[in-house]
Amino acid sequence: MSNIIEIKDLSFAYHGRNVLEDIDLSIEAGSFLGLVGPNGSGKSTLIKCLLGLVTPERGEVRLFGERLSRFHKWEDIGFVSQKANSFNSGFPATVFEVVSMGLYGKVGLFRFLTKKHKEKVREAIRQVEMEAFMHENIGQLSGGQQQRVFIARALVSEPKLLILDEPTVGVDAKSVKRFYTMLKDLNRNKGITLVLVTHDIGAMTEYVTDVACLNKHLHFHGDTKEYEEQEDDMMSRMYGHDVQIITHNHEHHDDHAHDGGHSS
Amino acid sequence: MELLQQLTFLERGIIAGVIIGFICPLLGAFLLVRRITIISEALSHITLTGIAAGIFLSQSALWLGFINPLYTGLVFSLAGSLLIEKLRQIYKHFQELAIPIILSSGIGLGAILISLSQGSYNEWYNYLFGSIVTVRLGDLGFIFFTGVLALVILIMFYKELLSISFDQEFAKTSGIGVRKINFFFSLLIALVISMSMKVVGILLVGAMVTLPVAASIQLAKSFRQVVIFGILFGELAMIGGIYFSYHLNVATGGMIVVTGVVLLLIAVILKRFRTGLA
Repeated sequence: MSNIIEIKDLSFAYHGRNVLEDIDLSIEAGSFLGLVGPNGSGKSTLIKCLLGLVTPERGEVRLFGERLSRFHKWEDIGFVSQKANSFNSGFPATVFEVVSMGLYGKVGLFRFLTKKHKEKVREAIRQVEMEAFMHENIGQLSGGQQQRVFIARALVSEPKLLILDEPTVGVDAKSVKRFYTMLKDLNRNKGITLVLVTHDIGAMTEYVTDVACLNKHLHFHGDTKEYEEQEDDMMSRMYGHDVQIITHNHEHHDDHAHDGGHSS
Repeated sequence: MELLQQLTFLERGIIAGVIIGFICPLLGAFLLVRRITIISEALSHITLTGIAAGIFLSQSALWLGFINPLYTGLVFSLAGSLLIEKLRQIYKHFQELAIPIILSSGIGLGAILISLSQGSYNEWYNYLFGSIVTVRLGDLGFIFFTGVLALVILIMFYKELLSISFDQEFAKTSGIGVRKINFFFSLLIALVISMSMKVVGILLVGAMVTLPVAASIQLAKSFRQVVIFGILFGELAMIGGIYFSYHLNVATGGMIVVTGVVLLLIAVILKRFRTGLA
């Protein structure tokens, strides 16, 4: 399979302090990558480098095989930022208007949304089950609802790659589960490649196909199975020693479960 | 052309007012959501500097007599707008500093230029507080062409400006050239401010971009509604203001602004009433 994202030898420094060092990471089309790491590990910075929002000290980024500086098919990428929720809650915009913004880069100057575009906007809103709030003001919705609107805004341009930076911060536990299920569905059934940045390691492994562990360096990148085999070792390497993961409530359906003694 | 020349001073004033009443709230809606309505104050004062420079230059030499102060006002306003953008980059963490820096530099330089030139008290009064009776045909042409240009920029970048105002980072990743559009937005603000000042006056121009949208956001649910109600309030304030100023023989700019304030109060009360019912 081809690589949608290729990062080579990337380093980033902020005020003389290295935030990212020598990152090499390739992400295959069709995968669902969980990018994990502690707070301040450079996860968001890596995403920003990837999207050209900041310029790395060194290294190269390729999106869909194209060098970042030459890349222009931004409608192929949907992005939900960590800060998406921190807009001015008095902003006078409806859910419909916010989701429409996902098409603005594509439509072009001097043009307004056609009937077909508007249908796409409605479709994206339906996809995140927010159709009842289509003409409501965005600031009046709950955190979880807003987050779904921002997913719709990222999905409306029918991207091939969807990047989500800590999308579940400030969202209640029940909505988080529903949210992850929706992402899994987008990945499996719509074939969208997903990159999910999170520090919520326990919950995520149930849904993702691959895991990358970042803390200034890339400590691990492999599929979920490999990750689970090395998880404890990985955690101590990333977070320091004596770390216990206590949110281990997901089921193992694969045949190498830790002990074979389970019965149904 | 003949028809244009037959326009009475009042008709010229009303046409100019209707154009301004449309464009100012349209721009104001974007300034509002970007929380920079205050920029209009800085730019109107730097426009004054430009007008003073124009008057000074046209008096200083016979061959410079052709200079229309409105044009020099526009040039200063454009330069001021770009300088504000630059200052906001320099003072990244104290962006609000850009406004008072430009405002006070504008007034300082303006005061010097005014003291050097021989403008009459009435002339300055008209520039400060606006006057529809002094809108000459050339001024109307200036307002018309800058108005059309501003409208073209606004239509061209409407979607992009809205997206940037809501979430700059997302706008960038959706393929919008944020820097380019911010540059055009700076030009746009300068255009609108300098075109409006002949009718509304330098001290009151800020009100025309602020009051109508301040009223409309009380009632609007969507950005579209902010724009539509804003234009409606803008035109009402403009036409109402001109009407009353003519009949009561008071400063046009002042009357337009006071009408705008009354509309704002009505909007606030309406909103109270509506939420009270809900």
